[in-house]
Amino acid sequence: MRPVRSMLYVPGNSPGMLQHCATFGADSVLLDLEDAVALSEKDAARDLVCEMLKVLDFGSVVVTVRVNGADTEFFQEDLRAVVPLRPHAVRIPKCSSPEDVILADRLMGRIEEEHGLPVGSVRIHAMLETARGVVNALEIGRSSPRVEALTLGGQDLTADMGVSKTRESWELFVARSQVALAARSLGLQALDTVWADVDDHQGLYEEARRVVGLGFTGKAAIHPSQIEWIHRAFVPELSEVERARRIVDAACRAHAEGKGVVSVDGRMVDAPVVRRAENTLRLWEMGEVEGL
Amino acid sequence: MRFVENAIGRPVPLEVPGFGAVIPYGGPFCRLGEEVPRVSPPMRGYPARRDKVTHDVEEAIRRSGLESGMTVSFHHHLRNGDAVLCRVLEACERLGIRDLTLAPSSLTDAHEEVSGFVRRGVVRMIHTSGVRGEVGKAISRGELEVPVVIHSHGGRARAIEEGSIRIDVAFLGAPKCDRMGNFTGMLGRSACGSLGYAQQDARYARHVVAVTDDLSEDPLGVVSVPQYLVDQVLVVDSLGDPQKIATGAARITRNPVDLKIARDAFRLILASGLMEDGVSFQVGAGGASLAVARYVREHMSAKGIRGSFGCGGVTGYMAQMLEEGLFRVLYDVQSFDASVTGSMLRNRNHVEIDQSWYANPLNRGCVVNHLDVVVLAALEVDVDFNVNVLTGHDGVLRGASGGHCDTAAGSKLSVVVLPSFRGGVPSIRERVGCVVTPGETVDAIVTERGVCVNPRCGELAESARRMGLCVKDIRELKEEVERLTGVPREVEEDRSRVVALVEYRDGSVIDTVFRVDC
Repeated sequence: MRPVRSMLYVPGNSPGMLQHCATFGADSVLLDLEDAVALSEKDAARDLVCEMLKVLDFGSVVVTVRVNGADTEFFQEDLRAVVPLRPHAVRIPKCSSPEDVILADRLMGRIEEEHGLPVGSVRIHAMLETARGVVNALEIGRSSPRVEALTLGGQDLTADMGVSKTRESWELFVARSQVALAARSLGLQALDTVWADVDDHQGLYEEARRVVGLGFTGKAAIHPSQIEWIHRAFVPELSEVERARRIVDAACRAHAEGKGVVSVDGRMVDAPVVRRAENTLRLWEMGEVEGL
Repeated sequence: MRFVENAIGRPVPLEVPGFGAVIPYGGPFCRLGEEVPRVSPPMRGYPARRDKVTHDVEEAIRRSGLESGMTVSFHHHLRNGDAVLCRVLEACERLGIRDLTLAPSSLTDAHEEVSGFVRRGVVRMIHTSGVRGEVGKAISRGELEVPVVIHSHGGRARAIEEGSIRIDVAFLGAPKCDRMGNFTGMLGRSACGSLGYAQQDARYARHVVAVTDDLSEDPLGVVSVPQYLVDQVLVVDSLGDPQKIATGAARITRNPVDLKIARDAFRLILASGLMEDGVSFQVGAGGASLAVARYVREHMSAKGIRGSFGCGGVTGYMAQMLEEGLFRVLYDVQSFDASVTGSMLRNRNHVEIDQSWYANPLNRGCVVNHLDVVVLAALEVDVDFNVNVLTGHDGVLRGASGGHCDTAAGSKLSVVVLPSFRGGVPSIRERVGCVVTPGETVDAIVTERGVCVNPRCGELAESARRMGLCVKDIRELKEEVERLTGVPREVEEDRSRVVALVEYRDGSVIDTVFRVDC
């Protein structure tokens, strides 16, 4: 699977946004049935999102649906409607403990069986947006093989912590580190929270550079204009790219020569370093193609 | 009425009562090299120190010698705030003048009352670049006895100089005018910037009335139309609604679909290799077209590129690019917003140009013929890259030809930007309702769902792919969109009744608009 640098939130009750969402260049779209939709429109939004999943051609854009939380009356109905349409994943909000994921996993498994789908075909993105959820990140991440990503919900988390979200967002530093560490330790994607000021592209870019530095693999966008800036943040430095090329070339040569040991610039490199180098080159190529 | 098919297969009548013989469109450059006689207005000796000023519109009309059946012209520089055209026609009606040919540079939302003048017989025929609103509906319903003739800006300049539009009296809104008749659009309480269309009319009309609400007792130092072209100065209380005349600066759209289209159009321009020092450039006034200027500006600034000229209808955004040194010169035939006015006053390189200088295909070299890149909007396009900017999907006249076909023909790269569908109606059709710009002068179509390159420009498609653009065959894109929208029903036209002839810039007729119920 190619890197998913950006996830564009799309309100599930907005046909205008839904019909165009796959054209804006985001690596993935997140069709939102939760916070973006007023209580009175939950059913209509669910119907609309389901129709769009049936009709629209999303091409190579990864499609995820954020359902309402398990503590709401809409949770089960959302999963029953969405899972048979096989989005790539569903995002489960407010995961505070492994049980939240296990509950969703079991229900999704039953739905898949009822519809003759392979169990586990629809993945879970677990959204950590409470202090307890962040503390339990590792356990949540390994609570089900369906879990593909840990995602940080910064807005609700700061509210839960009783702190303000600042432009520098140092208050999220520990939480981000915790989520990135847990995700990386389990081989999962680590997806960062939104940047709320849609006019401040420089602020978004700087924050995105910081979270890339912490190990996040992607970041959410709330407006199409943010996608480009998120992608820019993932473009590696030229020096990194040159080193990555040397590593990958050396690995190819070693493979061709049947050698198990890869050496670059006189130093041994192991498999994770090679994988990271390959990822660096992919990110560079994606940026090149997009003219960034 | 007998019809023939022109070079792009559109039906064209051979002759239209009240209009005369029709030349079917034969290709974009059919009249190159042709020597055409140019008409000139009569000279008339006036006594020295004659007072040109009057305060009575009816008196001005009487003095002009205007009679029933003659041709009157107006400009549309006062945008949606213009009151000159309708006030003059009201006075004509009071004086019992009928059957006029109305030949404004265009009709805007300020001219809704024209439909009433048509019904009451004051106006019998219309030459214009565009029609909208009630006037468009009235014409589309067939209320005008003689079909309206749609001109491009360059085509109108040519028609006036060739004599196919013979202006008897031009009533030209003059935001600041002195007693000798010198006037400008750059000063005054109704300042509107360039008076490029007025300059054209003033040179060729038999009689010229400058209509002003700001008479200067001192001679003007800034002059768009000089006194020797002006017969009378008519002073009125107001030229119109100042709020609608002095519109605010056009802003770059925030619509994500338009921005996506604009960014891809910009990248296509990069792929063409034309975005280098010395590039000349024109964009439209709104939506995705204007938004392309944002990306161009960022790129030129970042790369230190300095263009040669920008032109066209000019927005504040283009004026800002001139100020920043991104262009050497800005050629301005029409200012789209009030912020341009100050630029034209301050900056010698912001040049007011007349309509002929801008786009007349038969003069000795118009500006658009030197354009490298133009980005144009559209209502719909078809699989042959023909563009409609005039009729809606219901067949009703609701747009303007403007400089669309002029710039497309004159530029090295013409890019048409439009969303793939609007309000559930697809924008890419098997056959557009009306052709204004022939596909052979359009290089590419950019929508949010992909870029279609005219097969005539094969190398551009490959360069665009290398740039990472999603290049699609136009038929494939049409089908992709139709899977979402369905295929609209054809508009039911009354083929026995022609309501408009669409002239190409060279005076041939590129398409015919028929009556529809509306």
